[in-house]
Order: sequence, then structure tokens, then C-alpha cells
Amino acid sequence: MLKAIVIGTSYGGLEALKAIIPHLPKDFSLAVIVVLHIGDNNNQSFVNYLDKKSNIKVKEAEEKEEIKAGTVYFAPPNYHLLIEDDSTIALSTDSKINHSRPSIDVLFETAAWQYKNQLVGILLTGLNKDGALGLKDIQKFGGITIVEDPETAIATIMPASAIEIMKPDYILKLDQISEKISDLIRLNS
Amino acid sequence: MDQNKLEDLENIDIEIPLFLEAIFQKYGYDFRDYSKAHIKRRLMHRMAIGKFDTVSQMQDIILRDKSFFISLLEDLSINVTEMFRDPEFYSSFREQVIPNLRTYPFIKIWHAGCATGEEVYSLAILLKEENLLDRCQIYATDFNRRVLDIAKLGIYPTNDLDKFSRNYIESGGKGKLSDYYTLKYGSLKFDQSLTKKVVFADHNLVTDSVFAEVNLILCRNVLIYFNKDLQNKVINLFYKSLSSSGFLCLGTKESLRFTQIESNFANIDSIQKIYKKKIH
Repeated sequence: MLKAIVIGTSYGGLEALKAIIPHLPKDFSLAVIVVLHIGDNNNQSFVNYLDKKSNIKVKEAEEKEEIKAGTVYFAPPNYHLLIEDDSTIALSTDSKINHSRPSIDVLFETAAWQYKNQLVGILLTGLNKDGALGLKDIQKFGGITIVEDPETAIATIMPASAIEIMKPDYILKLDQISEKISDLIRLNS
Repeated sequence: MDQNKLEDLENIDIEIPLFLEAIFQKYGYDFRDYSKAHIKRRLMHRMAIGKFDTVSQMQDIILRDKSFFISLLEDLSINVTEMFRDPEFYSSFREQVIPNLRTYPFIKIWHAGCATGEEVYSLAILLKEENLLDRCQIYATDFNRRVLDIAKLGIYPTNDLDKFSRNYIESGGKGKLSDYYTLKYGSLKFDQSLTKKVVFADHNLVTDSVFAEVNLILCRNVLIYFNKDLQNKVINLFYKSLSSSGFLCLGTKESLRFTQIESNFANIDSIQKIYKKKIH
């Protein structure tokens, strides 16, 4: 049974996330953890906006918080987000990775360790290579990997660099992703 | 799914606690109650760099090669910092804490986990601008002696100077950051008068105990690297070190919320995480 979805995105990410998160149903049975590169800017207003538009709770992740099903957690700007082995959130102010903090690779890598084959990793539009190695880790430990089709992504570098180093399970247009998530949950329940 | 990879992962989870135990037994540095995810990431990366196949192989080397231990100590210590990190914290500090400190004839401050010292200089600048520095005794501590040496020197690369200057202004600085440093050979060196009231000392929050009673403790973005038990232990250490009505300043994503001692502190700024010890 699937337990969690991790999503990484940078440039174009606001639009991409708007096309996925609000479509998740009220009884959604997975936890969702998101890294969105937004520089030093505060993303609280976007998190609040999504929370209002969505059927499930959307919030900024807090240090040591327990990760619960049916909730979407955003990494706070300027902190890496790691998944602990007791399914709690750990934050860190370590150096930037791929010029990014939060880094998608850090989230994906630690989520892959914790959730193994009960994880779905999704890499969306973005302007750097962060997330490609992490997605490869998710696949290595049995998780399902989805990459936004670079043809239709607002910024192609991020999804394209994952496809360059691995073979994702699915390469999908943005509007196909939320449907694929429901299919995967049905198939794995 | 790759069964071998999964088994590797299982083994690593067995090996890491043994490895940390070995470091503690041999060198006295205690990482056993650090957040596991942090430790695991750092050790996995050290393994990749050092071309080790297993954590056990690393353990074999670390027991016999002190220089390898020293480099690993660097991996495991928390050295990322910047001048006036989180400027909003410093402006809140000026408003909420400074007026209170002003009432004391003599002020003792403990900057715990000061790393390379950028935030110690930030604090000293702020205190100087508030005409309080001469009344202060600041203890700046870290367990990593290499970073303490950098902090003592007060010489930093200029790469982040724009960011530092911006932070200083946003923090409510009253002059220009350049009033406090000189540029030489592509580095900046802080005015040593800033640290005449600072004692840089080796102190380990995990294994050492109370060393002074202080009016203010700053420990920002250190506790996030600890597990809940260790967080509780260190917060208790701070509580015991604080004078009555003393202030505790944590990192903006840290809080007393999950600790047992929360009710012994009053919330002064719940966003910037400034607390005040209650009088009993």
C-alpha cells in the first residue's frame, strides 16, 4: 500500500502544483511532501491559497512534526526537509545543494530510505537539475517515479535532466498526473 | 525493486548506531542522539567520497586513524551560518529584548553553537549600536575547535558580503556594515574591538554541563539537528543556565512546543522564537 508522495519543482511550479494538489480527494490516503524552490521568498501566501482551494489540508512543514496521511506539507523556504525513520519531519540549514535550499534531492533521498516501495516521486517543471538524483534513488528502493513531460513543462531542464539519467515509470503531461495518482492508489491498495 | 539495495539499507540502519557508539567510546564526541536522517545523509556521503562499501568499513578506519575522525567531525558539525541570519529576528531582538537588558548593570550572554562566529559579530555590532557592549560578557561556544579559531580571527571571505550588508540593513542596523570591518586581500576582517568582551570556548552541548549563569542564551539552528530526547536535555541545560527572567532565543523553525519544559517559559515573540524564563 502506498504511503506518501513527494513532489519537487522550481520555475513554473506554482502553476504545476495548482494543477495537481486541488484535485486530490477529501479522503486521500497518502501524505504529500513538496519542495518548491522559491528563493528566499516566503511561500506562506501560496500555501494558504492552496489550502483554501484543496479538499485536504495544505501546510508548511514544522520541525519534528508527525507526517500524517491526507495532508500536504511544504518545505519552509531556506530549510532542507528530511524524512526521519519515525515518519517525522526534520529540517536543516545545511549548505545549499544544487544551488537550492530546500533541495529536492534531499527530500527524495530521505523519503526513498523511509518509504521504499510505498512511495511515489514526482518531478515537475524547473530550471535546474535538482531532483534528478533523488528520483533515481526513489526508483532504486522500489518507489514509483513520475516526470512531467518536458515537451509541455513550463521549464524543461528539471524533468529533462531526470530522464537523462534514469528511466521514469511514467512521463506525463501535467493534466494527466492527478489521474495517474488515483490509478496508482487503486492498483496498490 | 532491488533486494540487495534494500538489504544494504537495512544493514546501514544497524551499523550507524554502532558506528556512533564507537566514536563516543573512542573520542568522547556523542552523536548518538542526533537526528538520524541528518547523520545518515552525512555518513552516506562520506562513504561515497571515501569509496567505502559499508559503514562497518568506515568504523574500522575511524578507530585507528584520528585524522579520518577529524574530517568526519567536520561532516557531522553544523557550520553553516551568516551575518544577521534572519534579519527579522534581530529587529525583534532590538525591540523586545534590548530594553530589558538595558536595566542590568552587567549582562552575561551565552552564544551556544556559534560555529564560525558570524552571528557573534552580528550580536556584538547590535549591542555596540545600543551602547550595551561594554556592559556585556559574551561566551561564544562550539565543540568544533577549528571553527572557533575562525570565529576568533573574525576574517571572512567577501563572497556573501552583499547578502550580509542587506541582512544588516533589514535587521535595523543603525550605520553601515562597512563601519565594522576592513577589506584586505579579498577578505573582510571585523574590528577586534567587537570581540574584546567575547570569550570563545570549547563547549559541547551534548556532553558538557552548566558553566555560568547568564541573562541571555542564543542557540539558533542547532537543536534542529537533535532528536527530541536530546532537545529536551539541552533545553533543560539552558533553563538551568538562565538567570531569573533570562531570555532564550532559538532558530525561527525551532520551538519549545514539543519539549517538557515549555510551561516554564513565556513566549515573547512566537514567530522569531524568543522566550523568557518565568519567575518561580
